[in-house]
Amino acid sequence: MADAAVPRPAADRLRPALRFLGRRLLQALIVMLLVVLLNFSVLQLAPGDMISVLSGSSDMTAEQMVSLRAQYGLDQPWLARLGIYLFNLAQFDLGYSFRNAAPVATVIAERFPTTLILVVASVIVSLTVGTLMGVVAARRAGSLADLVLLAVALVFYATPSFVIAIVLILTFGVTLGWLPIGGLVTVGAGLTGWAWLADLVAHLILPVIALCTFYVAIYARLARASMLEVSSLDYVRTARAKGVPEWRVVYVHALRNALLPLVTMAGLQVSSLIGGAILVETVFGLPGMGRTAYDAIFERDTNLLLGVMFVSALCVVLVSLVVDLLYVLLDPRVSLE
Amino acid sequence: MTSSTRASASAEALPAPLLAVTSLALDADPSSPLIEDLSFTLDRGETLAIVGESGCGKSLTSLAVMQLLPTNLARSARGKIRLDGEDLTRMKPRQLQRLRGDRMAMIFQEPLTALNPVMSVGAQIAEVLRDHRGLSRAVALSRAETLLGMVGIPDPGARLGDHPHQLSGGMRQRVTIAMAMACEPDLIIADEPTTALDVTVQAQILRLLADLQARSGMAMIMITHDLGVVRQVADRMVVMYAGTMVEEGRVADVLTRPHHPYTAGLIAARPSGAFKQDGRKLNDIPGMVPAPSARPAGCLFQPRCAQARPDCAAARPEVAEDAGGTAPRRWRCFHPLNRPEPGEES
Amino acid sequence: MMARTSTLGRFLRHPMGLAGLAILLVAVAMAATANIFFPDGPWKMAGRPILWPGQNPDFPLGTDMMGRDLLAGLLYGARVSLLVGLAAAVASIVAGTVIGAIAGYYPGWIDDALMRFTDAVQTIPSFLAAVVIVGVIGPSVTTVVLSIAVTSWPMIARLVRAEFLRLRKYDFVHACRIMGMSDARIMLTQILPNCLSPIIVASSVLVATAIIVESGLSFLGLGDPNVISWGAIIGAGRSALRVAWYITMLPSVAIVLTVLSLNLIGDALNDVLNPRLRQR
Repeated sequence: MADAAVPRPAADRLRPALRFLGRRLLQALIVMLLVVLLNFSVLQLAPGDMISVLSGSSDMTAEQMVSLRAQYGLDQPWLARLGIYLFNLAQFDLGYSFRNAAPVATVIAERFPTTLILVVASVIVSLTVGTLMGVVAARRAGSLADLVLLAVALVFYATPSFVIAIVLILTFGVTLGWLPIGGLVTVGAGLTGWAWLADLVAHLILPVIALCTFYVAIYARLARASMLEVSSLDYVRTARAKGVPEWRVVYVHALRNALLPLVTMAGLQVSSLIGGAILVETVFGLPGMGRTAYDAIFERDTNLLLGVMFVSALCVVLVSLVVDLLYVLLDPRVSLE
Repeated sequence: MTSSTRASASAEALPAPLLAVTSLALDADPSSPLIEDLSFTLDRGETLAIVGESGCGKSLTSLAVMQLLPTNLARSARGKIRLDGEDLTRMKPRQLQRLRGDRMAMIFQEPLTALNPVMSVGAQIAEVLRDHRGLSRAVALSRAETLLGMVGIPDPGARLGDHPHQLSGGMRQRVTIAMAMACEPDLIIADEPTTALDVTVQAQILRLLADLQARSGMAMIMITHDLGVVRQVADRMVVMYAGTMVEEGRVADVLTRPHHPYTAGLIAARPSGAFKQDGRKLNDIPGMVPAPSARPAGCLFQPRCAQARPDCAAARPEVAEDAGGTAPRRWRCFHPLNRPEPGEES
Repeated sequence: MMARTSTLGRFLRHPMGLAGLAILLVAVAMAATANIFFPDGPWKMAGRPILWPGQNPDFPLGTDMMGRDLLAGLLYGARVSLLVGLAAAVASIVAGTVIGAIAGYYPGWIDDALMRFTDAVQTIPSFLAAVVIVGVIGPSVTTVVLSIAVTSWPMIARLVRAEFLRLRKYDFVHACRIMGMSDARIMLTQILPNCLSPIIVASSVLVATAIIVESGLSFLGLGDPNVISWGAIIGAGRSALRVAWYITMLPSVAIVLTVLSLNLIGDALNDVLNPRLRQR
């Protein structure tokens, strides 16, 4: 009862936010450390090190191999190697990619934007489409439209992204010839400005759809359940009782609350989207991180592979941090304490 | 408040009641009627209490008046609900939406769930004004601040940005009242507005409602199961039992000389009444309200009625009326209490 | 427990679950009869390359670019998909249950440490991890199963931990402790049987996910090269997409139907098992 008006000074409100951020950053650091450890143990399980891989494709004398191993510290015991690895990572030195003849960080920085666009576009599209499908289904729960949407979601949920990708290529690329089916831009077209952007978007449409469908299904099912639950709550009736137009009752009062579980879900899905990007980038020949990881495997470029893992995990950790903060903004009931 | 002049002026011009519910009936399916043959009226500036145990159809009645019934029930609704002569049951959704929140408003039982948890209380009040009065955001918010002050919230300016979970139960209910009052409606329906609150806060909220009503001249329907609340705020009362009206009249008349045995039972079951009856135990009414699908033949109350006679089970009593000049009474009983027997009513 | 029969009965009255079960049984039958119908295995170049389905009655589903019978490939592929799916699910259920049970039964630093570890594993993009593990160690059925299990146990661990946290406060657990029962025995014989329902529901989803991951790996050429799998047929058929799209579409349909059947069964199990949970 006694929540009388005592205005809190700004500094007091800021302090829990900072403490929250500090704690979450520490957690993120622990998680990253564990990821690096896992990374490193996979590396130890690999038969032969990178020098023996390199020597297989070039003529190298035994002395050269020994000196190269010494140069990269590969002759040290594993604990020392872990120390070197961690020390280098702390300076964001991800090692050297022999295949690309460039530092891993440089290679990844070059491929990162493609994956970023792909994943961000997929998150936006799948959240929007999935939510709309879920809301429409919930509004007509039990109707034919609801059944059709549920069936579509069920099929999407069961179809791997590369199968969707192939169906899309077959339909829109091969048969109809509407959209480009490979690469990020039309090679040699030398487009600039808006024409370049339009070309880029055209190249991204099919990959984004292929990556999205599975998540569209997840969000549609979740949004439907969430909307059905929220719509029966009192404040939705209150909104109607005060004469709020129906569209705002659904899309402002109900949906904003129904979206909360979807935001959490979307944060968790980013990790799985990055994994899915490998398949989609490979099928569509996009020069992204996933494609890089795939190539690195066949070229036995372990440094590059682990670099991709590290950067991906870092992105996921950062996204989950952002989602936590976003959640506080979206749901005033969640405090930073 | 400008509406008091408007309301009283139009009251003089229009002798017709503000709200007239005629032969309202509702059912989930034809075999289980939820509300049967319910009629009552409400004048401008008047407070009508609708009383009964839970499950007797009080809340459904209020939702029917607001035209907020779930679609399956709304489809079954029969009868007329006229606000200022206009039949709400024939209105298009768009017209109803313009009416709700503007000319009729509602206060719900549980203020925590009745408020949107992710919107600030200021925004929720301002929304009504922006929708119905077309006010700008800034103007609507400053009006919201005035309204919060009016319902007795201290330092209203600082509370505008608060979210419902930051307020106490009493404060939240004050917010929902401010929201309902925003457009100075002609009719306000309060559905058990104090049930979810602490006892000490209950009295404050009732006083606030009575005070606001006196100032604005709005009419109020107070849904409650508490006869104490009825006595405190209402002019007239309707007693409902198993989906229908069993007794209606001025509060003072009904409480002192109840005609229907059910009303008498409710009065006897009051704790405060029990003390006066020299140490006798609390008189509860035996049995329970019958389920909609299991309503008895004849008088609905007859299986629980101490005064029941053979004819009570034979047919369902019609509404009897005593026009009685300034204080008309209506009841639905073959053998009313506190009346000269045998009934000359027909 | 009479609940067992009535649970089965309720499942058998669930139309979607029944449909899922029927599809899954077809997949199992395909896997079981592969070497009866095709004793020579799926690799045999049996006929003319790129025969369309129905073109030659000897090859009802046609042949691939090398003239191998697609029906044989689908039947043998069912073996790999189901085997890998089941094995990966079992492995992650065992790992997840052990970790979740210990975390839930010993709140405090053990729980904290295990959950932090679970968080870290969940942070790793699972398909990327599978690609890395198979790519670095080398493709075989075992590594494929391991690579899937390594990243899919956290979901089970969280679920089991939540159940253990809830159940360990119950009186019957206290009673066992007073009787001097060992922690391991309490966990195994008293608490675990009470959290089987959510594990069963989750396991059907796990199998489905594992089948998708396996098909993705073999599509990329990271499957076991000694066995044929649906994903590998799709990956190989991709080069002939323009001339013979049926080569990629037939195994695709097989994957979708199998995964769909498992999801339907999972939904049905959820419907059937959850009310019982709530009653308890």
